[in-house]
Amino acid sequence: MKRNVLFRRGLLMALCLIGAASALNAQTLLGSGATFPAPAYTKMFDEYYKTTGIKVNYQAIGSSGGLKNIQDRVVDFGGSDSFVKDTDFAKYPASIVHIPTVIGAVVVTYNLPGNPALRLTGEVIADIYLGKITKWNDKRIAELNPAVKLPNMAIMPVYRSDGSGTTFNFTAYLSAVSTEWKSKVGNANSVSWPAGQGAAQNAGVAGVVKQTPGSIGYVELAYAHQSNMPAAAIKNSSGVWVDASLASISASAAGAFPPDSRILLVNTNAKEGYPISALTWIIVYREQKYASRTLEQAEHLAKLLWWMIHDGQNFVEALDYAKLPAPAIKAAEAIIKSITYDGQPVLK
Amino acid sequence: MNDRRFNALLGLAALLIVFVFAGFVLTLVVQSLPAVKQEGAAFLYGSEWNPVTARFGALPFIIGTLLTSSIALIIAIPLSLSAGIVMGEYVRSGWLRSLLNTLINVLASIPSVVFGLWGIEVVIPLVRNLAVLIGAPPYGAGILSASLVLAIMIIPYMSSMTREALMNVPAGLREGAFALGLTKQEVVTGIALPFARQSIFAGILLSLGRALGETMAVTMLIGNATRIPDSLFSLGNTLASVIASQFNEAASDVHRSAMMGLALMLLLITMIAGWFGRTLMRKGASAYGK
Amino acid sequence: MENNAFKSRHQTRAQKDRFFKFAVMIPAGIVVALLVLILAQVVINGARALNVDFFFKEQKPFGETGGGIVQAIVGTIMLLGTSIVVALPFSLLASLYLYEHRGSKRAKVLATAINTLQGIPSIVIGVVIYSWIVVPLRSFSSLAGGVALAIVMLPLMTSMIHASLEMVPSSYLEAALALGVPRWRAIIDIILPASASGILEATGLGVARAAGETAPLIFTAFGNPFLSLSLKGPVSALPLVIYEYIKSPYDDWHQKAWGAALLLVLFVLSLNVLIGSRKKH
Repeated sequence: MKRNVLFRRGLLMALCLIGAASALNAQTLLGSGATFPAPAYTKMFDEYYKTTGIKVNYQAIGSSGGLKNIQDRVVDFGGSDSFVKDTDFAKYPASIVHIPTVIGAVVVTYNLPGNPALRLTGEVIADIYLGKITKWNDKRIAELNPAVKLPNMAIMPVYRSDGSGTTFNFTAYLSAVSTEWKSKVGNANSVSWPAGQGAAQNAGVAGVVKQTPGSIGYVELAYAHQSNMPAAAIKNSSGVWVDASLASISASAAGAFPPDSRILLVNTNAKEGYPISALTWIIVYREQKYASRTLEQAEHLAKLLWWMIHDGQNFVEALDYAKLPAPAIKAAEAIIKSITYDGQPVLK
Repeated sequence: MNDRRFNALLGLAALLIVFVFAGFVLTLVVQSLPAVKQEGAAFLYGSEWNPVTARFGALPFIIGTLLTSSIALIIAIPLSLSAGIVMGEYVRSGWLRSLLNTLINVLASIPSVVFGLWGIEVVIPLVRNLAVLIGAPPYGAGILSASLVLAIMIIPYMSSMTREALMNVPAGLREGAFALGLTKQEVVTGIALPFARQSIFAGILLSLGRALGETMAVTMLIGNATRIPDSLFSLGNTLASVIASQFNEAASDVHRSAMMGLALMLLLITMIAGWFGRTLMRKGASAYGK
Repeated sequence: MENNAFKSRHQTRAQKDRFFKFAVMIPAGIVVALLVLILAQVVINGARALNVDFFFKEQKPFGETGGGIVQAIVGTIMLLGTSIVVALPFSLLASLYLYEHRGSKRAKVLATAINTLQGIPSIVIGVVIYSWIVVPLRSFSSLAGGVALAIVMLPLMTSMIHASLEMVPSSYLEAALALGVPRWRAIIDIILPASASGILEATGLGVARAAGETAPLIFTAFGNPFLSLSLKGPVSALPLVIYEYIKSPYDDWHQKAWGAALLLVLFVLSLNVLIGSRKKH
């Protein structure tokens, strides 16, 4: 008898504790996906926590992972830097929307003695990843870099082992400039790589390149800068050598912007534009009333998105991401306003 | 509460545990059906794994799993048997013995992810230098690095099981042999080892089971390539490492189902190794009873 | 003549003996050297990362230096706590079942299930718990992570508790039954308290076994840069930050990975040592 009472009291206390702990953590949002914007997102969310007290947990697991998580409805939002194609909408249980957040650049980074500044063309990069150029002192690389003394070292291409929007944009560019790439490998979040080593996430590719002499990899500009790794200048479609920079990334996004925001920026025809620039998106369900979601959660989410395309933009340039241009912000505002809860707009 | 209710409670818990286990197998079987339907038997022997074209052949990972585990065993067996013989035959008491025991126990309790960390910072650079020396692709990561660290990880199990097996050899047998004037070496190789061989072999099998299912360290060191490895220095993937690196992003239904299929294969392979190991262990133990 | 032959045979035998001793001592020495090397590297590299912030601050955004891993320390404690709450009752009841139904066919089925459960690779546990808990509850959560860890520790705890129950002299139970105490009361009031230290040890070893597990957490606890105490939301854990940080290109995170590894190893080792010294008494 006594034991029973004790047991019940214990159970009650445990339940109270759990309840209290949950209440403490009501103000949270969970997102997962693209690693390409992760340095910008984690910075934004850190600031957002400081100003609003709301903790936004963003797990950088790769764009494909983010898309799968939103498809399974196990996160509040997914991050992706490849947009969902019309033919793939059927895979989602309900209508989804894309909110553009920042613009970044996929840079080609490498690990060579002394890390000289290199110039590479899209064709040469494609042939390196096709396994056709295997030495750093290959004639075709030397021709582009007459001033650099290139070592007689094997080239170790490093690619993303996880499904990735960075890979999507990189292979979209290579497909645009190399017909052989287009027919042999193609353009997707993960492709069948003819050569090289896989590493998970932008951070993983940067990590492997940093630790492997002779390697070459593609990562978002912020990852290369933050860890003092070089980035090759690339010849764009106007024949200009461009380094990835705020100016050259913004230049590639200066064109028209579609209302649903789904647009690829690679191989821009802007004269000073960096050729592997990319937009990245947050993906959410248009109708927020699903599973056990509350109106409060939906409001938190919509407010966060609104903050990201306005105040949040102030934090991205320090990390070498370009702010959204005015037309993109306009489109994003309309998309966020179209998010509903039980048919009613969440943001009024 | 009374005896009947108490027993019912126990039965309920027992039933639940059996259900959990059965549920594991059932979940994996049911969820891997779409991939098995699409690929048929080629799911087992197909050499192409390509989520883009939706081809799912598990052969590269089956080979990667068996290859890394066998290399690890080849490296670990002589080291562990020696360590086991030293602990079981040469230093059977005293401070040296407790030092050895403690070290082995410490190694056994280091988490897998810490071995992965150590492998990335220590083993990969070593293997890369070796590869440069002999002109192999200098990734550093790959089959060899993963196997080396796997070997180190299973040494503690194998050597402590060897030690136990030798300690269980009846003292009378050993004393009799010494009384006949046999040398230590003759007693060990002629009497103790043959007597304990079943238990030692069981220990090797149980270690193999661990190596087959080991995930984190291998994922961090093997280079995550979905090709069939063709040399010690090539990159690869094991069943466990491909699940760890691809499960979270398998967006199409077939891809996800194929991951479940890989998990099922892994479960079956480790279950078979474990079952053999335990059966031998029992046989070995009953041999002492005679 | 004969005497010489005997002598030389004796000599070769003695040589063989010495050679054999050498042949096993050297590999054993290599093993010991490796162990010492690994431990030393964890301690030396890990100690460099330790400072006050490391223990009390949350993770910084990507690429910024400083901050700490308090979210992972608290997360690991939460996950282990949850897993004990789930695993302890089940392993107690299951081991009592094995104790009460010794030798029966059903007990054998249970024992086989538990043995096989012990051999399941932990990554498989993570995958299954994802589809059992994460998808239905619509969120990664520390609850899912805790349940996954509970399944990791359950088999070990059950077999250890069962062994300690069997160590209690059967005369205790018989004496109680002779006094007319109902069997279930006798088990709860006499057998369980008598094996209390065994139960404690089993729990400790279960925790030590689960603390370093990473694979079951990747798809369940998921990770979190912020401190979180929620059962319904994702949490970080020491093994998860080691895995995430060492993959990154940031030197500061590499150092923190070593620091987290040192904490984890110290925690697991001290549990093992504590239990080992209890056992000796």
